[in-house]
Amino acid sequence: MPAVAETLNTVESLTQSSYKWGFETDIEMDLAPKGLSEDTIRLISARKEEPDWLLAWRLKAYAAWQTMQAPGWGKIGHPPIDFQDVHYYAAPKKKPGPKSLDEVDPELLAVYEKLGIPLKERAMLAGVEVPDGGEADGRDGRPQIAVDAVFDSVSVATTFRSTLAKAGVIFCPISEAVREHPDLVRQYLGSVVPAADNFYAALNSAVFTDGSFVFIPKGVKCPMELSTYFRINAKNTGQFERTLIIAEDGASVSYLEGCTAPMRDENQLHAAVVELVAMDDASIKYSTVQNWYPGDANGKGGIYNFVTKRGACRGARSKISWTQVETGSAITWKYPSCILQGEGSVGEFYSVAVTNNHQQADTGTKMLHIGRNTRSTIVAKTISAGRSDSTYRGLVRVMPKASGARNFTQCDSLLIGDQCGAHTVPYIENRNMTAKTEHEATTSKISEDQLFYCRSRGLSEEDAVGMIVNGFCKDVLKELPMEFAVEAQKLLQVSLEGSVG
Amino acid sequence: MNVVLAGVAAGSAAGFLRRYEAIRDRLPGDPQPRARAAASLERHGLPQRSAEAWKYTDLRRLWEGRFGEADASFDASALLRRVLDRAGLAFDGEEALPRLVFVDGTLSAGLSRLPQGCDCSGFGGIDVDAPVAHPMMALNAMLARDGAVIRVPAGLDACGLLLVTLGTGTVGAHLHHRVVLEEGARLSLLEVASGEGDYLNEGVFAFEVGRGAHVSHVRLQQDAPGALSFSTVRAHLAERSAYDGFNLALGAALARHEVHATLAGPNAIVHVNGAQLLADSQVADLTSVIAHDAPGCNSRQTVKNVLTGRARGVFQGRIVVARVAQKTDGYQMNQALLLSEQAEIDTKPELEIYADDVKCSHGATAGALDEEQLFYMRSRGVPLVEARAILVRAFLDDALALVEDETARAVLDRAVAAWWEGRSA
Repeated sequence: MPAVAETLNTVESLTQSSYKWGFETDIEMDLAPKGLSEDTIRLISARKEEPDWLLAWRLKAYAAWQTMQAPGWGKIGHPPIDFQDVHYYAAPKKKPGPKSLDEVDPELLAVYEKLGIPLKERAMLAGVEVPDGGEADGRDGRPQIAVDAVFDSVSVATTFRSTLAKAGVIFCPISEAVREHPDLVRQYLGSVVPAADNFYAALNSAVFTDGSFVFIPKGVKCPMELSTYFRINAKNTGQFERTLIIAEDGASVSYLEGCTAPMRDENQLHAAVVELVAMDDASIKYSTVQNWYPGDANGKGGIYNFVTKRGACRGARSKISWTQVETGSAITWKYPSCILQGEGSVGEFYSVAVTNNHQQADTGTKMLHIGRNTRSTIVAKTISAGRSDSTYRGLVRVMPKASGARNFTQCDSLLIGDQCGAHTVPYIENRNMTAKTEHEATTSKISEDQLFYCRSRGLSEEDAVGMIVNGFCKDVLKELPMEFAVEAQKLLQVSLEGSVG
Repeated sequence: MNVVLAGVAAGSAAGFLRRYEAIRDRLPGDPQPRARAAASLERHGLPQRSAEAWKYTDLRRLWEGRFGEADASFDASALLRRVLDRAGLAFDGEEALPRLVFVDGTLSAGLSRLPQGCDCSGFGGIDVDAPVAHPMMALNAMLARDGAVIRVPAGLDACGLLLVTLGTGTVGAHLHHRVVLEEGARLSLLEVASGEGDYLNEGVFAFEVGRGAHVSHVRLQQDAPGALSFSTVRAHLAERSAYDGFNLALGAALARHEVHATLAGPNAIVHVNGAQLLADSQVADLTSVIAHDAPGCNSRQTVKNVLTGRARGVFQGRIVVARVAQKTDGYQMNQALLLSEQAEIDTKPELEIYADDVKCSHGATAGALDEEQLFYMRSRGVPLVEARAILVRAFLDDALALVEDETARAVLDRAVAAWWEGRSA
């Protein structure tokens, strides 16, 4: 849903600079001093009024992080990151966690309106009152979406909370969940991605500032789509959000995530952790349109996106489905994974990764088949243009007890231009004879015939490429909730702008 | 052997380095590349599983490097006769192929029958520019004191040549072979690796394939159950040339066959096919790195694994297509049949592509024998044992059928049949 209007405008004005979300907002910020130390962590924890156990957990993660090294196996290159040159806490100078939307800083609301994020419940509920900036017409009858908006280090607004509360669904900033539902947070936090899981997860565990918390109780089907919109705004900050979604027995939820950042010459760090837990018969659908600032055409600036996303299918017949459209960031390092523990549980990964100019993406998934009759599907589409490099890296591991496990993997790469690279690195490990794994991968370019056909029907070369690319990605885009799918299609086109001709 | 001694440092090449110090004055050829190799091993050691290229193959059993010197008085003729018999090849007489026989790392002139036409002059040492960054190539460059040097002159079809490497006892054998095909030359090389004991059979092949030349390299790796078997092939291919390789891995406790092929001239072809039939706790690894450095080249890999007991099969295949290598056609297929509950297959097919007008694909499958196919055959009166044999054989046929040389093909067929009989007996 986010940014539909903006995207439309962008597509209409293709001649202009393509990153439309690159504006800065001058909001008075409460910044922690630069640098990372135990004091920084104590300060974050104090600002968040956290209980002692969480501070201890953070400090443990920090101690582990100090002994770890940044992973070197990804096909990405960047100068060493100076972790002391970052503000680890940046919050708009208002009391965090307003009780109602009326208390939210109007300037902040304006930011989200500019981004096309509906933070006004009434506008959505009535379905008639269109906010400034022009929501697309014909929204009547569309499903409602509850939004949690995270601005730098804090959540500034969460909509539709009362409607959700009636259904028993908890949807709130994780900092608030720590205060209001400490037992739930304590039970699940770090249970899927342990504090010292990897370098960036450990960093996140030490300094995470906010993110969303979702709890769907037994048997509840979440009455609307949930969405979090992440915005990096302040200079020299990193964003370290943490999302935790728990679906109890028989519960189901669809969750969307969007993100943007201002255009800056320096690289900014984003190291998030997402944990999903699905119990018996529960299902979680997690969709991402990642549109962090990718840097300019010469590779200057852009977000370094190092993300750990993992879902645990703990219950029998549970299901976790990841769908991602990755168009932004200077560097993407991200492997949304599923631990298929419950008997008959299902993991899915649908991905489109587009890189242009000097972007680098190393992304894929891990499917760990532990329980019997577990199934996984991986469909990954990689598109490289300009001078970019894009890699699919995935692991399918079938453990000895996973009798009857099934995996199907399809990876396709498309190269646009002769200065880019597209790579496929699947790891397939099968330790059970009754399991069946299948993997297919292809690499090709846009066929001249298809281009010629479109051109002869009067399409410009750029439109033709956009259309062909959308067709190439159809298998993935159709998995997205509708509003996201529309945005993703436009984004693809914008991301590839200037890559042909 | 096969037991790691307490106190051996992870990745240590100390045992091999000591051996080098002891024999360095007696090693033939230029000492300089050997010293470079020793320095590299001293600095980097032998790889551990944390090294990406060795993720699936644990060299622990190699670390201590406890391999001895050969007994020069050993008469290998009886062993050679048995090995050839088993392969269905003649030991002597009219039908016997020209052959080079290496016993425990040195050429046995008495057992060899030198071919006519092509020049198989003696081993002259290690090339000055021998690469030493690769641990096996470094080990080889440091310790190899013999190997086949085969040169096929322009335009000559050298037909079939048999290369036998025999290992015994706990000897560490390192052979460095060099095969040069001049323009338009042809050679069909059949290699049989076998022996008795807990030995180390380590060899490096350097193929230089000239314009329009064609070499077929079929390997039957039947090393003893306690042996460690490593072969590393480097192939450099000129315009329109072809390297057609096939590796049938049946033996050794731990084996790795590694092919590094560079398609340096336009329209060259490389095939790295193979089959790995493993039982008990065997581990066999087929690793390939194929560099498409020129336009219009073609690479093909079809690798089949049949795994039983606690065996583990590994396939790592990497295709790297450079920017200039437009119109590349690359294909990799790795398939595994798991016949027991504890068998394991680890596959990593990799594509690294920098050119936009290419056709590259890979596929990988793993699973058990198809119950429905078995049921169909049994319902037609075929006993279970036979039905399984037919299905396994059919599964392997896709790969074996790719061996064009008839003699080599017959040797492989026979070895596969014997392996299966040994399993189902």
